[in-house]
Amino acid sequence: MDGLDRFLATFFNARIFARYLPDMLAGVWTTIWLAGAVIALGLSLGLALACLRAYGWRIASFFIICFADMGRALPPLVLILIMYFGLPGLGLRMPGPLVLILVLGTVLAAFAEEIFWAGLTSVPKGQWEAGRATGLGFTQTLVQIALPQAARLALPPLVNRVLAISKMTALGSVIGVSEILSVASTAQSFTGSAAPLTMGAIAYVIVFLPLVVLTRLLERRFAWKV
Amino acid sequence: MQDFIRLFFNLEVMAQTLPLLMQGLWMTVKLCAAVIALGLVGGLFLALGALSHRRWLRWPAFAVIDFLRALPPLVLLIFIYSGLPFAGLAISPFAAVAVAFFLNNSAYYAEIYRAGIQSVPAGQTEAARACGLTTGQTLAHVVLPQAVRNVLPDLLSNTVEVVKLTSLASVVSLAELLYSANMARSLTYNASPLVLAALVYLLLLWPLVRLVSRYQRRLAA
Repeated sequence: MDGLDRFLATFFNARIFARYLPDMLAGVWTTIWLAGAVIALGLSLGLALACLRAYGWRIASFFIICFADMGRALPPLVLILIMYFGLPGLGLRMPGPLVLILVLGTVLAAFAEEIFWAGLTSVPKGQWEAGRATGLGFTQTLVQIALPQAARLALPPLVNRVLAISKMTALGSVIGVSEILSVASTAQSFTGSAAPLTMGAIAYVIVFLPLVVLTRLLERRFAWKV
Repeated sequence: MQDFIRLFFNLEVMAQTLPLLMQGLWMTVKLCAAVIALGLVGGLFLALGALSHRRWLRWPAFAVIDFLRALPPLVLLIFIYSGLPFAGLAISPFAAVAVAFFLNNSAYYAEIYRAGIQSVPAGQTEAARACGLTTGQTLAHVVLPQAVRNVLPDLLSNTVEVVKLTSLASVVSLAELLYSANMARSLTYNASPLVLAALVYLLLLWPLVRLVSRYQRRLAA
């Protein structure tokens, strides 16, 4: 029993939980708005790039593919360190949250572009031809016929990716953004107790579990087909 | 422009720090090998649990998978690296990283295996069982080979994520590629080592990313 008591006092210390609750709530709020900004930037940029690629201009497509490949191949933390520690050498000093939003938003855009594009290419050709044949322009066909169908196909993988990349806001702790993990680590070194880390983990699960549940619901609606 | 090249693409600095980075790369390779192997095995067991007919096995498996998917890998890593010593379990950075990412990746690989196994028609299992194969034999010789083939692009794309994930090990001072590069940056006051590290990651992962895109297009067609 002694061991269990010690375990609870170390990882689930109610007094420490209570003391750091306000800080933690502020951290939760930071995580949520950062994630919101990343998602907004990433999805809108990704969608715009996928649409641009649909026009089939060689040069534009080439650069979009390069962008998407690099965004998917580079670890976000490398980009964060380059922007946060490298750019000040050129006199461009950006605050941590901005760096985080720019990097994660761009990375999400790279993935979102590929997912939207996969959706667009899987819309049957007949849909495009029918749209054009009824007198719609290319842009009208893209926006009103192809995109709604592509978006349906793209939804499940997109939600998965959004979840994975919003969780990466935890990387903000490396460059001093006071989100959940950063608050927890600071509190841990102040108190010399592991309880703030437990608290941080619980906070993350509370924030992100709804998204995980959403992926389950979507999965049930769009059951796997081969 | 000249400043930009001097600070980000300084060949002299790159050449100077290359040996350090190569040491880091070797650690990254070892880390990847450990984490990918552990994740592939752990994921299979979790997936089999999640697909079990026994409720007491299925529900915990789903709970573990969803819990691990809701938790950022860095949080898991920090918890294991700086939290466990409070419970009297001090572990090395390498072990902490391996355990944290093993847990994280098992959940992701499990979801992929599960989708793959579910994509194999039930008739295959029934036919195999009717031919006298045991459950284990059916799984190993009939179901899994087809399942893995069906989800190969996803397995590959998750493996790319794992390699990228190992860069987080730099946060707990494990001297892998990114940690070495960042160390070199602070020694030389120059961001070129970081750019060099980015190029190494790109060189490693670009072919895989291309392959994933090609696969996905073929499936869509």
